[in-house]
Amino acid sequence: MEPDEELGQITDEIYANGDENKQRHRPIISGEQLDIEAYAALYSGRTKITRLLFIADRCGNSSMQLEALRMAYDEIKKGENTQLFREVVQKIDGCLSGNYGPDPAWADAVDRRAEMRKEKLENELNAYRTNLIKESIRMGYNDFGDYYYAHGQLGEAFKNYVRTRDYCTTAKHIIHMCLNAILVSIEMGQFTHVTSYVSKAEQSQDALDAVTVAKLRCAAGVANLEAKKYKLAARKFLEVGPELGNNYTEVIAPQDVATYGGLCALASFDRGELKAIIQYSFIDNINFRNFLELVPEIRELIHDFYTSHYASCLEYLGNLKANLMLDIHLHDHVETLYDQIRSKALIQYTHPFVSVDLNMMANAFKTSVAGLEKELEALITDNQIQARIDSHNKILYARHADQRNATFQKVLQTGKEFDRDVRSMLLRANLLKHEYILKTSRKH
Amino acid sequence: MDVNMDAIVAQTQGFSGNLSDLNHLQRILKQCEELFGAHTVSQLVSYLDQLDPCLHSLGYLYILKAILSAPVSKEEANGLLVTIARFINSCSVEQIRLAPEIFVFICRRFKDQVMSMEAPIRGVAPMLTAVCKLQVSSEKLTALHSDFLLLCVLAKCYKTGMPVLEDDISEVDQPRDFFLYCYYGGMICIGQKHFGKALELLHNVVTAPMSTLNAIAVEAYKKYVLVSLIHLGQFSTSFRKYTSSAAQRNLKNFAPPYLDLADCYGNGNISELETFVQANAEKFESDNNLGLVKQVVSSMYKRNIQRLTQTYLTLSLQDIANTVQLSNAKEAEMYVLQMIEDGEIYAAINQKDGMVRFLEDPEQYKTRGMIEHIDSSIKRIVVLSKKMTSMDELMSCDPMYLSKVGREKHRYDFDDFDGAPQRFNF
Repeated sequence: MEPDEELGQITDEIYANGDENKQRHRPIISGEQLDIEAYAALYSGRTKITRLLFIADRCGNSSMQLEALRMAYDEIKKGENTQLFREVVQKIDGCLSGNYGPDPAWADAVDRRAEMRKEKLENELNAYRTNLIKESIRMGYNDFGDYYYAHGQLGEAFKNYVRTRDYCTTAKHIIHMCLNAILVSIEMGQFTHVTSYVSKAEQSQDALDAVTVAKLRCAAGVANLEAKKYKLAARKFLEVGPELGNNYTEVIAPQDVATYGGLCALASFDRGELKAIIQYSFIDNINFRNFLELVPEIRELIHDFYTSHYASCLEYLGNLKANLMLDIHLHDHVETLYDQIRSKALIQYTHPFVSVDLNMMANAFKTSVAGLEKELEALITDNQIQARIDSHNKILYARHADQRNATFQKVLQTGKEFDRDVRSMLLRANLLKHEYILKTSRKH
Repeated sequence: MDVNMDAIVAQTQGFSGNLSDLNHLQRILKQCEELFGAHTVSQLVSYLDQLDPCLHSLGYLYILKAILSAPVSKEEANGLLVTIARFINSCSVEQIRLAPEIFVFICRRFKDQVMSMEAPIRGVAPMLTAVCKLQVSSEKLTALHSDFLLLCVLAKCYKTGMPVLEDDISEVDQPRDFFLYCYYGGMICIGQKHFGKALELLHNVVTAPMSTLNAIAVEAYKKYVLVSLIHLGQFSTSFRKYTSSAAQRNLKNFAPPYLDLADCYGNGNISELETFVQANAEKFESDNNLGLVKQVVSSMYKRNIQRLTQTYLTLSLQDIANTVQLSNAKEAEMYVLQMIEDGEIYAAINQKDGMVRFLEDPEQYKTRGMIEHIDSSIKRIVVLSKKMTSMDELMSCDPMYLSKVGREKHRYDFDDFDGAPQRFNF
């Protein structure tokens, strides 16, 4: 597409803001409740349980809560984590009919088996250690790590996984160790560990296979997101290759890559970068596009944002919000990301105009004029928009700095400062001189 | 004895003509100082009456000193004040400059008398004359500057004090005089609301070279914090690097409530600031700074209104009141009006619908006056930098400096220096 043509189209669409009836058909997704069954199917392992429990804690809707707990209960029964099992049973508190009560027989059996297994593992490890077979010791610690992980003792699991490091002989082992450490650290919420083990794995001498690379990118993305480095997070998520598929469901689903990456990119990239990404990666880059196809809402809202249909973009965001708040990684950042996206939308909207009618703008953003005025005021005070508000006529006027006047002002100011500084410098020099004379005269 | 005294009066009358005579006279007078002490005040006053303060200033000066050296009773004091004031007004500049320390002594006694009578205003005019007569050049700080400014502060005659402060002082004899000059000068400028100048003067005190901290610097620092908040809207606790280490280390410990106030100001929350000021009012009161602190609070309102001019073209008074947390539109109007009058913002109030229209700075930098102003500023700066260069040259020729640098030469490589020592090289 020619740039001029494109610009024309964009401006056309800006004017069309607010009435989008004639726009291409768009699947507006209402803020329907999260389909827990479908959501849970995306994940596996421990994260499935923790995500379900997180939803149960946060959703504030008893039927949804019980549904989540029921599925968590079923999932736990497949594993060996009796500690978590007891917690869930307590949370269910007999509210679910059927076989969802405390199952002491099962729990005791699992505990007994675990005890035996632990003894066996200890004996094995001791034997390996006396024989000093590196590979076996590594395996022994690794098994211990797996054992603790399965029983929910994450700290112990992390220690044992990290211990294998001394016995790693090949690059493959190191990567295995790193991935285990990353997995446990994410579960524990220790995201600084995640970053350090990701970089450790990336330094490996051997070329990493595509799936591992994708996994590491995801882990780094999540770590950056949690550290509020949204720009870096967005970059990492955009780099995730399609090989990820369903290979990392114990941490992240491909849908999440699109959601996290898309929101972070919108919030942190400036328009130039966003354009480059839309052209080269969102559109041409099949990788990210594939992810976006999994979450059409995100795809649509990025597109809307780029083509300046802010109202519809914000509407999508609003609809998504309730579900995003139930995401174990994103919930803390939703508000900040939303605020940043909104500010950016406001800035971009005002950018090309000399004057903007606040009524029209409020309409485009589906908000009240008074509220809009407050938002604009904050942005102007932050120096993010160069404009002034005519509060009487409700018009925003762009403000063009007068270079000549500003220069004069600056020159006079500098002159004044120079004048003042030189005078006080002369004074101080004289005072010093005086003091010096005083000292020497006293000496003589 | 009496004969001698008469002889001195006669000699004074005779030897007040030219400079060599005056030098001769001064030697005689110096020898006779003990003799004066043997006489009573009333005797001395009668001799004084035989002399003309204008023609025989030097002799007059010595006798006056003898009178003032003795304790003066209250009844005599009033008459003496008149005599001294008349003397200061009419004395000859050349003659008093022969004995400046005695002139300063007399003026100080005069100031003390005026202050003990709690009528500082009586001393303002004579002291101004005294300062002018004693000052050799406008760059020289006399010992009387600080006394004069103190009287101005006490008598609230701020305007009279201003011309003295406009001189570019750069030569100082006694650091103490300088500290007091700047401190009182700062107070006078605060009284006149010339906060920029006040800040400069107080800055000079705070950053002046000193080996130990003094009380003047501490008080000046407190006012410096407050004036900086009023004038610049911020205060940075870090010192400029030329500040003496004594000041850098200790000043902060002496002014905790002021630094907390600056922190609080920085947060930008008006109600928080007001509660803080109320909680610490006693401390500020005991430092006699409460009034200034109140101005700090009101400056925050003004600053917030000023910020609105960056954001809005028009805004209703009610909205202004809401945004800057003033109680009602009326109060906002008073603030805006005051600020327009002071030239702090450019705006017009439309009382009919209660709107304020903010305008751009009308200064276009095109007028003749502005060009002249710029021109004069440039000239002034050229003069200043010439002065600095000449001083630098003088310094690099100064034997004491050279010997000091010479000593250090052994300790450092020349490469370590980047300034004067290299110039010394050729």
